[in-house]
Amino acid sequence: MSHNILDFLYILSSLSFIFGIKLLSKPGTAKQGNLIAAAGMTIAILGTIFLNDTVKMSNYPWIFGALVLGSVVGTVMAKKVMMTKMPQMVSFFNGMGGACASIISIVEYNHMLHTNTGSPTKTVILLLGLIIGTISFSGSMIAYGKLEEKIKDFYLPFQQVFNVLLLGSTLAITIGLAHGYTQSHELIYAVLGISFIYGLFFVFPIGGADMPVVISLLNSFTGVATAFGGFLYDNKVMLFGGILVGSAGTLLTVVMCKAMNRSLTNVLLGNFGGGASSGSGKSISGNIKEISSSDAAALMKYSKKVVVVPGYGLAVAQAQHIAKELETVLEAEGVEVKYAIHPVAGRMPGHMNILLAESNVSYDKLLEMDVINPEFKNTDVVLVVGANDVVNPAAKTDPGSPIYGMPILEVEDAANIIVMKRSMKSGYAGIENELFYNQKTRMLFGDAKKMLAELVNEMKAS
Amino acid sequence: MIYLVILMIFVGIELIEKVPSVLHTPLMSGANAIHGVIIIGSIIIMGQAEDIFATVLGFIAVFFGTLNVVGGFVVTDRMLEMFKKKK
Repeated sequence: MSHNILDFLYILSSLSFIFGIKLLSKPGTAKQGNLIAAAGMTIAILGTIFLNDTVKMSNYPWIFGALVLGSVVGTVMAKKVMMTKMPQMVSFFNGMGGACASIISIVEYNHMLHTNTGSPTKTVILLLGLIIGTISFSGSMIAYGKLEEKIKDFYLPFQQVFNVLLLGSTLAITIGLAHGYTQSHELIYAVLGISFIYGLFFVFPIGGADMPVVISLLNSFTGVATAFGGFLYDNKVMLFGGILVGSAGTLLTVVMCKAMNRSLTNVLLGNFGGGASSGSGKSISGNIKEISSSDAAALMKYSKKVVVVPGYGLAVAQAQHIAKELETVLEAEGVEVKYAIHPVAGRMPGHMNILLAESNVSYDKLLEMDVINPEFKNTDVVLVVGANDVVNPAAKTDPGSPIYGMPILEVEDAANIIVMKRSMKSGYAGIENELFYNQKTRMLFGDAKKMLAELVNEMKAS
Repeated sequence: MIYLVILMIFVGIELIEKVPSVLHTPLMSGANAIHGVIIIGSIIIMGQAEDIFATVLGFIAVFFGTLNVVGGFVVTDRMLEMFKKKK
């Protein structure tokens, strides 16, 4: 009886996941979508605790203890994290899911040995769950470290060969154990160790700019690991949830790659971004012209239309609030202010939107690339704040450039361009930007937050 | 079972097909929370645990799973909160 009720609850929560994701993909309903999925999750968790026959009452204290502890820690972490650090937070939580999957596999494997209930199929399911979960865990931790800028890109000679060997050996052990070629069950810990190392080296060589894609991919990995858990327990909600995230996550990864005009293979092989990129960018000759903040302020104040192009520099400097202040001051002067959002501006697609929304910039002022590009012709001043590759004309003009073909914001169509940057250092692609040498471009060197504040002060003063 | 798997794969693809890039991050984060359903598995191992080994690992697994679920949903909610405010 309770079994039927549980099945029904599982179907209910599976549906809530589907509707949740559906609503999440539209701006107006996204928040409800998230809540619906969360409600479904709660139903599944409580249902499992109270209605699953194998869950012993004597273990309730442990279960609730871990649930409460996890909820408190998770909520605090999620509430405290700064909006700019959102991507690494997602990566961290994803890693936790992966770790959870690998622990389940280890415990169940031992359980299977003790109770002699093993079968080749079960062994394969367990080990695949272990391998994928562990890769997702160690990979996510590296992605987290990289976004925190604690870990640098790192290549091994023969990296690809090494990775293939690692992966091959885990699969070999899996087959060996499943077919009973070997009885040494400690090998499962070898699988754990090797998968862990594989996860590290899987993410090590990938450049920081590609991290969102990797996180999304690891996200779908954890989904697949969850699905294996679903097979293991013949548990519908785990299977549905896992596969749903696995397939949706994979597609999301591909969509993200498309927005950056990069192929998934390129991302995974860690091309561009690291040391290899020095060759193709041609050196550009010409002079750069600086502008003082008072001149820049005056120029913008007497414009009709200003478009702000925010990039990761704005996020790092936590300059989103002062950017909003600049908007307010300019609008008081009768200047039309818009924001041009490149699909991959910041560290994740949509990252800029979240940051600017945090500082109350209205949604309809954030224009996507296709909408804003034709508008640059009628724009008096474009203010580029800490962005680089997304405004590099080489993407259109120089077939030799590593970013050739990537859609860019065509800021060079505007009458004046002010580029706010800390230094002439190149962006993630590691290439020069000829925009900085453009006749219409003036450079305003400094930290985004500090310089924006200076602009605001100059405008208020005059 | 295999029918269900294939069906779900298509449902997943269908759902993501047309998403504005603005929502990629929250969507990824939401999906991240949903695969936290792995926690069901950890509750099962915790629930049937009899020895120290399974109890300790089970506890850690439930803890990690909860972090994934709760953290995932709360972070997503915070992101979406940002979008909603100024309408």
